Amino acid sequence: MKRQGGNGPVSVLPTMTPGAAAASKPARAEPAQQSALGFPGTLVEDWHQRAIGKMGELVEGSRALSVFLDACVKCGACTDKCHYYLGTGDPKNMPVARQDLFRSVYRRHFTWAGRWLPKLVGAKDLDESMLEDWYTYFHQCSQCRRCAVYCPYGIDTAEFAMAAREVMDTIGLGQKHTNEVIAKVHKLGNNLGLPQPVLADALAGLEEDTEEESGVPVRFPLDEKGAEVLLVTPSADFFAEPHVDGLIGYAKVFHQAGIRWTLSTHAAEAANFGLFIGSYENMQAIGLRIREAALELGVRRIVFGECGHAWRVAYNFLNTLAGPLDFLDSAYPVPQHMVEVTHDLIERGALTIDPSRNDARRVTFHDSCNVARASGMGGKAGGQFALPRAVLRAVCNHVYDMHRDTIGEATFCCGGGAGLLGEDMLDVRVKGAMPRMRAFEAVDEAHGITHMATICAICKSQFTKVFPHYGLRFDQVISLHHLVGDALVMRR
Amino acid sequence: MTLSGAVGWLMYLSVAVLTVGTACQVARYLRAPVPLKIPITPAPATGWGVAGRIAREVLLFESLFKASRSTWLFGWLFHAGLLWLALGHLAFFLPGSLPLLERVASTMGIAGWLTAAGLTGLAFRRVLVDRIRYVSAPSDYLMLGLLLAIVCTGMLVAVMPGADRVVFKAYVQGLYAGYTGGLPDAPFLWLHIVAACVLGLVFPFSKLLHAPGVFLSPTRLQADNSREQRR
Repeated sequence: MKRQGGNGPVSVLPTMTPGAAAASKPARAEPAQQSALGFPGTLVEDWHQRAIGKMGELVEGSRALSVFLDACVKCGACTDKCHYYLGTGDPKNMPVARQDLFRSVYRRHFTWAGRWLPKLVGAKDLDESMLEDWYTYFHQCSQCRRCAVYCPYGIDTAEFAMAAREVMDTIGLGQKHTNEVIAKVHKLGNNLGLPQPVLADALAGLEEDTEEESGVPVRFPLDEKGAEVLLVTPSADFFAEPHVDGLIGYAKVFHQAGIRWTLSTHAAEAANFGLFIGSYENMQAIGLRIREAALELGVRRIVFGECGHAWRVAYNFLNTLAGPLDFLDSAYPVPQHMVEVTHDLIERGALTIDPSRNDARRVTFHDSCNVARASGMGGKAGGQFALPRAVLRAVCNHVYDMHRDTIGEATFCCGGGAGLLGEDMLDVRVKGAMPRMRAFEAVDEAHGITHMATICAICKSQFTKVFPHYGLRFDQVISLHHLVGDALVMRR
Repeated sequence: MTLSGAVGWLMYLSVAVLTVGTACQVARYLRAPVPLKIPITPAPATGWGVAGRIAREVLLFESLFKASRSTWLFGWLFHAGLLWLALGHLAFFLPGSLPLLERVASTMGIAGWLTAAGLTGLAFRRVLVDRIRYVSAPSDYLMLGLLLAIVCTGMLVAVMPGADRVVFKAYVQGLYAGYTGGLPDAPFLWLHIVAACVLGLVFPFSKLLHAPGVFLSPTRLQADNSREQRR
């Protein structure tokens, strides 16, 4: 056991255990799910040749990959930064080793040194066992980018995971969870596969519940033309706990601020799983649904609900994938995060808030990886950390941060991101959550924390599932906008 | 062919491969599109901010400092020493009398020790830390060995008799005019030059491409302005 700084309470590194996580691999996509996305249904006959061809195409089409493949000096800076390595001790979960699964094949087939002196430069063939490693370990990366913060060259393992997954999809080796979900979005507009009547019914139920609880007729509009705001939120917000309380919070905020808003059946999903599988085409098709919905409904603003990787796509890619979005009101950020909306309203004094209503809660905030490292908020550096905390402090009197090496840009992923949220990955999910849980335990010990607030649907689902494995209750995970909703003083 | 001529032609070859090879690789990077905005936090909002960020990465190794203090210390020492040595060597490679560079050249002994210390530290890390050992290929050890060989032979050149600075400068200046004669009679100098030439020859095909790479990495080179600017 060696000690090393930079990981907060997880200062003791795991004993390196080759193969420790080799058995954890997600279920494979079925032929129908594959073909719905335009990929071969099963592993194609000439998979080796096609995989190498696709690799070349991807590297040629990406300056990031081209530079990242060559620039790594194997300095080791990233090796102790991945939550999956810290949790499993499997060396192939060290970011550079994960990249090397791709890099070694690239060297073998695309570089002079790798062709002639493979042993010298660590070049390897893409044989069946390498392909198996690809499937295993590129599905043990949540594309959280923590390694890239520490890399001297900003090499982002997420880019490798995306590329490898795309190569595998191309040869008919897809992952069930992601590809099933993407097929549902293409067909119905949301990841859960909810048809319009089910969605309408769920929202009507929420209207009843919210009026009963608050005494105020808060609306949950669906497909209402002429609304000012189109809210695009992860479909988990419609049903799952604790997500749904966040949706109630957004509705209360819009109600109190007098903003006419609507959800859309066509774009009833913020999460864009096209990102997870590295497929530009799928990501764009999903992104375009949002543009189409906004035009169809004639809204002036697009606001995204609490969702991590979704906010990456929205903040960094939507303008490029589905833009220009110049038909929207340029007085507001395009698109805008719900936290930005609420923060702005609080700053302007447009909401009446009684934080003492949350006095029974002592809360810490989990920075979601893709909000923290792949997007921004509020138009200023570090806004993605400052704004959610400002909102949290406005609605809650007892707020305590976890260790500084585990929040902000250094935040640990929940362990369930980028398509790993299936039951088939539970073992890796529990282990991958370990660094975050150690930091939670430390702040809990110091301050008696009751809840961990977060702004990502995956984080919420993941923590709800893994908290009990660490002796906590599943309902200690809470949506930021649940806390907002509870502290809002509602008027008719 | 005389030894002097062989060494001269090796230098020509090495410089040609280094410059043309690296230029081709950089051209390949630049040809590859950057379809999406992928800046990594903490990303500055403006071009000047990005320039500052890259400068801090190149001069101070900012991210490595956050990641690992020992790797940062050894890595920074090695690179700072290398820069110092490179400046000192300019005294031989630029024409004419250069008092300032000659002063730098006269302090190369200290720089050599610092560079060697940094390299040795990095070598120990590579061997002793199991995580780094796991990700190391033979070429990673050879690269450290080659760099150490260059630095050590260079320091020996300075202390052993035979390699007169003035004579060596005349030899280098002669190379510009296509004249490859006049290499000083100093075996460590020959070894030093050969090792340095090998480094130049492998540069465009090795991880030494991190040198242009650090200036081209999209995660660091992009400004955080995606909502304002489409790609």
